[in-house]
Amino acid sequence: MNDPINVLTLFLFNIVLINIPLLYGTVGEIVVEKSGSLDLGVEGTMAVGAMFGYLAGCAANSLAVGLLVSFLTAGLCGLLFAVLTVSFQANQNVTGLTITTFGLGLYFFVGKGLGERWPAMTGSAALVNGFSAFELPLLSKVPVAGKVFFSQNILVYLGIAIAVLVWWYLNHTKTGLRLRAVGENPGAADSVGVNILLYKYVHLIAGSGIMGLGGFYMALNMSGSFEGSNCWINGYGWIAIALVIFANWNPVLAILGTLVFGFFNTLQIYSGALAGAFPGGLGWLNAVPAQLFKALPFIITAIVLIASSVRKREGSGQPAALGLNYFREER
Amino acid sequence: MDQQYAIEMRGICKSFGSVAANKDIDLSVKPGEILALLGENGSGKTTLMNMLSGIYKPDSGSIFVDGREVSINSPEDAKKLGIGMVHQHFKLVDVFSAADNIWLGDDKSGPLLKKDRYDVIRDMAKKFGFDIDPRKKVYNMAVSEKQTLEIVKVLYYGARIIILDEPTAVLTIQETQKLFGVLRRMKASGHAIIIITHKLNEVLEISDRVAILRKGEYICTVDTSATNEQQLTEYMVGRKVELNIDRPVVDKTRPLLEIRDLTIKNDEGAVAIDHVNFYIRGGEILGVAGIAGCGQKELCEAIAGLRPIESGQMIHKGDNIVGLPPKAILEKGISMSFIPEDRLGMGLAPSMSITDNMLLKKYDQAKGPFVDRKTGRAEAKQVIADLEIVTPSTETPVRRLSGGNVQKVLLGREIKAGPNVIVTAYPVRGLDINSSYAIYDILNTQKKDGVGILFVGEDLDVMLGLCDKIMVLCHGKVMGVVHAHKTTKEELGLMMTGALDLTHKYEDKPAGIAKDSRIGENEEVEE
Repeated sequence: MNDPINVLTLFLFNIVLINIPLLYGTVGEIVVEKSGSLDLGVEGTMAVGAMFGYLAGCAANSLAVGLLVSFLTAGLCGLLFAVLTVSFQANQNVTGLTITTFGLGLYFFVGKGLGERWPAMTGSAALVNGFSAFELPLLSKVPVAGKVFFSQNILVYLGIAIAVLVWWYLNHTKTGLRLRAVGENPGAADSVGVNILLYKYVHLIAGSGIMGLGGFYMALNMSGSFEGSNCWINGYGWIAIALVIFANWNPVLAILGTLVFGFFNTLQIYSGALAGAFPGGLGWLNAVPAQLFKALPFIITAIVLIASSVRKREGSGQPAALGLNYFREER
Repeated sequence: MDQQYAIEMRGICKSFGSVAANKDIDLSVKPGEILALLGENGSGKTTLMNMLSGIYKPDSGSIFVDGREVSINSPEDAKKLGIGMVHQHFKLVDVFSAADNIWLGDDKSGPLLKKDRYDVIRDMAKKFGFDIDPRKKVYNMAVSEKQTLEIVKVLYYGARIIILDEPTAVLTIQETQKLFGVLRRMKASGHAIIIITHKLNEVLEISDRVAILRKGEYICTVDTSATNEQQLTEYMVGRKVELNIDRPVVDKTRPLLEIRDLTIKNDEGAVAIDHVNFYIRGGEILGVAGIAGCGQKELCEAIAGLRPIESGQMIHKGDNIVGLPPKAILEKGISMSFIPEDRLGMGLAPSMSITDNMLLKKYDQAKGPFVDRKTGRAEAKQVIADLEIVTPSTETPVRRLSGGNVQKVLLGREIKAGPNVIVTAYPVRGLDINSSYAIYDILNTQKKDGVGILFVGEDLDVMLGLCDKIMVLCHGKVMGVVHAHKTTKEELGLMMTGALDLTHKYEDKPAGIAKDSRIGENEEVEE
């Protein structure tokens, strides 16, 4: 255990394992934001996906059912956002915050309501097995990287696959092109016959569904243990919103962003072990107060937001009409 | 009926709330014909055309395409019927390439984005005689390029009926001529064209027939060959209008504002204004002509203190104002009103009321921490009365006023502050004849009061009539300062494109330096 290479490998392994939900949240939010909607309800959406995905997965004893239900229930949050902001032209910021409050409330309501009847993850073999490591042939034998990247659970691979797929969808399909146009200049898209309403609805639902998968992942990563005081999502939804900016609305860059944020996020858990394994180089980690490590991801978030606000418009992937509702007859 | 109409509109009505934008309008255009749609601001031209392009739905009335009654519920329907509209505010995605902007609405190719789309677009554009770079991003395009792209776009979708909403408002004379060439070619190939414009000379030049709207009502349609400017104006305004711009002769004072060797960089860091010299006297209007992006905007911003300069001096009544904050410059009596292309962008807060916009400039003059709405309201009332602004009340958000009235509010507020130098850019941008003349009158009144006016304009006819002198810029360099009554449109056009350079033709006599000003002799300026 004290072998420095082992400690380092384990540290890197956990960066990936613990932080993949950020990638789901970020990619989901990118899909949503590319349609011009700024959905601040990621935290609540993930909580809803986590709760119902977990419960359904346990009940059916099936990973696939868990994934599907988390996608659909989180998608319903997206649908709610779409109905309010697209059809009824409500303010997007307020609606997003409402969804976060609503999602977290629903999470605790259901969890506490079940009380003694709360299902333990150990009772569902399919979930336990589904979340255990799945070593990719050959690749997992590579030193360090084999363990860090290719001996993870299936949901890690799924998350990365979704990120790459979404990137391809945005940049290499006509539907993706139209989606980007809707987010950039809905008036222009509308004038050439793109169905704005449809694009916004579909991508709000799909993006929210992807966030929900991230929530489901967190439920499994927490071994399905419900605490009445703390939500599984634990602020990841908010970091995901910042990661979207960090990744410059690029799903592939979001993978990198997840790892960078994950590094700081995981440091608090491993600071002691790293200091022990590398007393010469990293011994000073012991002197850093634990609170600082806890705050670090959020400090980084703040720095990223400041840095990205300085970035020039032309290189930015931010949709120009982000956060603005579209009404064709507006004068 | 010997020939079928490409478009026929009968009895079209459309209201927004209690305001009737279109009342019982009839309109028709044949294939191979150019119809000009003429009317003042707020007469309902764009509203009417938006009902053809599917943006609005008519409350009543019927539309026929090729003799068949249709209902147009969305832009997609319009596209399918072969109706294409080039909007006044271009409907383009800035961060996309030219090809991608066209590809957006394409339903012929497969679901994937392939590289060959660039060639497809280039070939197609060539077929229609356009030269566009399909890979060029829209944000790198000049206004005329964007317009060309819009036209290529509607042609690509197979439009046979093409509507252009004030296409020449942002073009130079040469670009306008080029556009008219394109329109004539399209007409020859059997397209039906509707063009919205304010400019009577253009109507007479390009159209076959003219339909006139006034305050949402249909007045009449006349053959272009059987009418003239005077008659069209009367139809449009409803009464006789004097078409000559007044240029009162006023005793000029010494230079109020003198610019020496000024160099300014634009947002991208390129030189926007290059060693420019000129001066403005009290009681004169100095016009600034030039094609879009030749540095007018940067010049205005620098004078108002909104943009740092690289080198040079700006001397106002003997004081160098370089480096002063905008507020100090304002207090010296230099006012700026810049009407950007979207009209609302600079100077006014669109969703605030007229009163509040009046207060924007003098919020700090009230005693105590509270906003003094009372005087603001009184001022708003006075400006509304003085400039004949049409508005429901002083508390109406500026955004809800029509273009001409918005511009009057802006100018009115600037004049209210009692400036001695007015910098105004495009004050009549997009305005109809009546409102434009109202603005010219306002400027002339100020001129008579001894105010020096820098007038950045785009319509050369207007500048020739209104300004005392015209300075022409090309790529940030002064091509010359000429007397408006001694020059011609052609000469100005040549100077704007850089073909004629009077400044450097006579090196010994640099134009623009206030030789006859007595500033130097009095040594009011300390270098």
